[in-house]
Amino acid sequence: MTQHLFAAALLDPNRAAPSDIRTWNGSDPVRRFAVYRNNVIASLIEALADTFPVCRQLVGDDFFRAMALEFVRASPPSSPRMSDYGEEFPSFIERFTPAASVAYLADVARLERLRVDAYHAADNEPLDVTAAADCLADTAQLPLLRARLHPSAGLLRSRFAAVSIWAAHQGRGTMKSLKIDQPQQALVIRPSLDVEVVPLDLASWTFATALNRHETLGAALESTRQTHADFDVAQSLGLLLRAGLIIALQPGMEPS
Amino acid sequence: MTVAISPGSTSDRAPAKPALPPRAGISLKPEHYRDILDSRPDIGFVEVHAENYLVDGGPYHYYLNRIREDYALSIHGVGMNIGGEQPLDAAHLDRIAGLLERYQPACFSEHLAWTSHGGIYFNDLLPLNYDSEALQRVCEHIDQVQNRLQRQILLENPATYVEFGRSTMAEAEFIGEVVMRSGCGLLLDVNNVHVTCTNHNLDPDTYIRQLPLGQVGEIHLAGFSREQDADGATLLIDSHDAPVSEAVWTLYEDVLGRCGAKPTLIERDGNIPPLPTLHAEARHAESLLKACQEIEGS
Repeated sequence: MTQHLFAAALLDPNRAAPSDIRTWNGSDPVRRFAVYRNNVIASLIEALADTFPVCRQLVGDDFFRAMALEFVRASPPSSPRMSDYGEEFPSFIERFTPAASVAYLADVARLERLRVDAYHAADNEPLDVTAAADCLADTAQLPLLRARLHPSAGLLRSRFAAVSIWAAHQGRGTMKSLKIDQPQQALVIRPSLDVEVVPLDLASWTFATALNRHETLGAALESTRQTHADFDVAQSLGLLLRAGLIIALQPGMEPS
Repeated sequence: MTVAISPGSTSDRAPAKPALPPRAGISLKPEHYRDILDSRPDIGFVEVHAENYLVDGGPYHYYLNRIREDYALSIHGVGMNIGGEQPLDAAHLDRIAGLLERYQPACFSEHLAWTSHGGIYFNDLLPLNYDSEALQRVCEHIDQVQNRLQRQILLENPATYVEFGRSTMAEAEFIGEVVMRSGCGLLLDVNNVHVTCTNHNLDPDTYIRQLPLGQVGEIHLAGFSREQDADGATLLIDSHDAPVSEAVWTLYEDVLGRCGAKPTLIERDGNIPPLPTLHAEARHAESLLKACQEIEGS
């Protein structure tokens, strides 16, 4: 059970280094064991810093590392596929009391996580606007159509201006001109090689979310109109199609 | 139960992939994808970390597919947990098999190390003790991997910072036994030899002579960083974030003299320099490979 003790001590700084480790010169093995502790912790924090660069800029490197350290100790990865690591980091940030004053941080983290998910998601060809127009031409069939969404697509809804805050860190707009408390929505998607963040109004977000639940266009329109009576479905569908959200429109298609 | 595969018993395997050329290659990093496609540098092969490509789609696969058309490919695993006390993660092994099926690399290698325990992946190459129990376990794991992947793998000698009281064999002797019993090849990481020998006050020449040099399929060269242990003794860290050191180049020449020209990777994972800088190190390795081949041919 050598590895059990070694493993436990890697993530828990209060545990002693395994008693079985030796050094050629009789030097205190704790110092050498610390290399492993440091490699593990530093590499996992670095993985989070790579996935959440804007969060890191928002709170500063020291704060980010301290927060990431707590997350790493509480939720180390379970798989060598490190691109998945940090799925729960946004929820962790939401509960992380020292970050409570930066209330929008968790949503910016959600946006950054969606971007990495989109980056590595399966590839697919978005339905082009002309092909979609043909599908939509049959007005009798139209309400019965279901959309298959692009595998990279993710939908974000924030109580804050998380999308603008993120954009301000890409050289688009400034933090000063923002109304932080303005709720925002976005579609995160990678129709080809580049990940796009497409701001959506609440009605379009509601509609896209309904499509994502595999509702028919008719049902999605109806549920969107319950909260947005003046919803312009043609305009919204046009926007979503141009963003590459829809890869197929078929009647009665099984949810995939 | 160890089902030993002798190095020659490949009849039930898929046809042998074309081997890596005995030239210098570089780690393929996303920072260099475009540069490589645009400038098509004369590089012997590229090597990627398997785990980075266990994703469904996106730019990683897009670029690797294109680069793979023009360059020999080596895939290097960092998470198989060959040295782990617990059973291998069969789902992970299946994913690796799928990746190799997709890219048909000339070479697949892994580490003599453990990386997971109790459902946690540590993202680091952790050391194991060297005794008969560990030897049996490592050979069983390599058998499982080679049988699933239907190919010989190369096993990399580790860089370590501690030793274990339970060990009954020297590391190089342990590696020799593993290679002989499992039929895997050796990925000789010359930087790791330098780091390990410095850290444990061993003589690198003796260490190298104990290794199964006839089974070397690839060589790794990399840079390290320098720290001190609690008594002020030098402790080298296998950081892969610096150019290859003079000491490692010297050791490399010595290794080439013993085992002949072998595919050699300039391995870089941190402080990634511009492509021409990495290529210059590869060219230096290649000049030493050429010199070695000239001696072999004379």
